[in-house]
Amino acid sequence: MDFTVALAQIKPKLGCLDDNMALAEAAIEKGIAAGADLVVFPELALTGYFLKDLVPEVALRLDSPQIERLKKLSERISIAIGFVEVSSDFRFFNSAVYLEGGEIRHVHRKVYLPTYGLFDEQRYMARGERFRAFDTRFGRIGMLICEDMWHLSAPYILAMDGAMTLLCLSSSPGRGITESEGLGSAAAWQKLTTTTAMFLNCRVFYCNRVGYEDGINFWGGSEAISPSGEMTDRGAILEEDFVLAKVDGGALRRERIFSPMMRDENLAITVKELKRIDREKDC
Amino acid sequence: MGGLTVNTKLLRQILVGFVRDEVYKVGVRKGVLGLSGGIDSALVAYIAAEALGPENVHAYCMPYRTSNPESEAHARLVAESLGINFKVIEITPMIDAYFTITPDADNMRRGNKMARERMTILYDHSAAVGGLVLGTSNKTELLLGYGTLHGDMASALNPIGDIYKSQVWALSEAMGVPSEVIEKKPSADLWAGQTDEQELGFTYREADELLYRMVDQRMSREELIAAGFDPAFIDNVARKVQGSHFKRRLPIIAKVSNRTIDRDFRYARDWGK
Repeated sequence: MDFTVALAQIKPKLGCLDDNMALAEAAIEKGIAAGADLVVFPELALTGYFLKDLVPEVALRLDSPQIERLKKLSERISIAIGFVEVSSDFRFFNSAVYLEGGEIRHVHRKVYLPTYGLFDEQRYMARGERFRAFDTRFGRIGMLICEDMWHLSAPYILAMDGAMTLLCLSSSPGRGITESEGLGSAAAWQKLTTTTAMFLNCRVFYCNRVGYEDGINFWGGSEAISPSGEMTDRGAILEEDFVLAKVDGGALRRERIFSPMMRDENLAITVKELKRIDREKDC
Repeated sequence: MGGLTVNTKLLRQILVGFVRDEVYKVGVRKGVLGLSGGIDSALVAYIAAEALGPENVHAYCMPYRTSNPESEAHARLVAESLGINFKVIEITPMIDAYFTITPDADNMRRGNKMARERMTILYDHSAAVGGLVLGTSNKTELLLGYGTLHGDMASALNPIGDIYKSQVWALSEAMGVPSEVIEKKPSADLWAGQTDEQELGFTYREADELLYRMVDQRMSREELIAAGFDPAFIDNVARKVQGSHFKRRLPIIAKVSNRTIDRDFRYARDWGK
C-alpha cells in the first residue's frame, strides 16, 4: 500500500506541556491538510529533552486528557509521538505512543537510556524492558527512541518480530564539529539510519527535533529511508521543518525479493547462541 | 589530526542560531557586549549582529587612561562596519577613585578591578536597554583560567566559549571581521606593550594543539609526549587548567537540606522556555 508519512521536525519548549500540545496539534492538522496518513514526532516532543527535575512535573498517564485528545485526532491520521509516561506505580518513562483509529495501538518505553557525556537519562527515568512490533494499517511497525537504535539488537529484534517499518523518534544533540560538511552526530546518524534499513530491508522514518536547550542544539535532519537503504527525503538542518515522504508500498516487496536477508535469517541459531553467551558470561 | 580545523559555515549557523534562540526565549530582543578592540569581542559582535540585527546590538568600549588608543579605534571600526550601537565609556574616574584607597595595588589587582568595573557597566546597560550580556571568553582562555572571575568571564550567554582561539581566528575570517583586528597580537591591554602570549609563556596555537588533544580527545600524558609535546609544557598547561577550575564553577554551597540548589535541585536554565 502506498502512503504518506509526515515528519514533524518541531522545536518543543522545555517543560511546557500546553505549548507543546499546541505545536503538536498544529502539526497534526497540517499533516491532515497535506493528505498525510501518518505523522511522526520527535522523542519527548510534548516536553523537551533536558528535563532533569521537571520529569515528574510533565509526566502524563496514558489516560490523561492530552493523550485522549491525541487519540481523538488519530481517527483522522495515525500519530507517533514522544512524551514522559508515568506508570501507576510512579515510574517515569521516556515513551513513544502510537495512536491510530482513535486508540492507543502501542507504547514503547525507551530501553537504552544514555547516561554518559552530556546525557543523564538514567538518573531521572526508568528503563523500558521490551521491544515489540505491532500491527497498523500500514503493516507491522516497530518503534525506537533515539539511543535504542544505536544498539544493533533493538532494530534486529523488531525486524524479527515482523516490523517492515521502523519509526525512530529522536532528540539528538548536535556535536562534533570538524572540517566536514555536517556535524559528527548528524553524519553518524545518517550512516546508522541507512545501514539499518539496508540490513533489515525495512523502511526507516527518523524524526529529530530542532532548537536549543541551555546552549545545546538539536540538529533536525529528519529522514525517510527506503528499504534498500536510500535516503529519499531529508528535513532542514538546524531549522524547523515538516517533511512529507511518499512511500512506495511496492518498493519493500521488490527489495525483499531482491535481497531476502530477513527470510534467510535464522532465528533459532541466534537464540541458541545468545543463550549460550548469556550462560557463559558469568563464568 | 587537524581536529582544530572546522567547517566555519556550519559553526556560524549554530552560533548565530544559539544567540537568537537563547536571547529571544528570555523574552528580550537585544544583546549587550563590551567591545575591546580585540578579536574575541569583535567576533561576538559579528555573530550578535547577524542573529539579532545590528540595531539590536549595543556595544560599549570602556577604556582606562593607560589603554592603547588603537584598541578604541579598532572597536569603533568593528562597530561602524556592522552598524551596531556604539558608545565609549571611560572607566578612569571610577578606577582611580577606588585605588586612592589602596594606591599600592599591583597590576593584577588593577587589571581585575578594571575587568569587574567593565562588567558592572555592561550589566547596568543590559538593564537600561533590555538586553542580555553576551560573553566573549573563548575556550582556550576559559580552560587556562586566563580571565577575571565576575569580570570578563561573567555573562548571560557565551557564543564562543566552546571554540578555541585558533577557531576564533578562522571563524572571524569567514565572517568578515576587519583584518587589522584579526592580525594583531592578542592583548588584554592592561599596560603598554602587554601581549597575552608573552604573559602566558606560549602561543595560543601551541596551547590549542595541546588542549584539543588533552581535553577533547582525552589523550593520556604518555600519548601527549609520544605525540611530540614537551613534558614541561604539558604539565604547565595541565596545572593551569586544574588550578583555574574554581573559575568555571558556581560557588559551592554547604549542604544541609535534602534538596540543595544545583546538587539535587536540578533544572536546566531554559526551564519553561
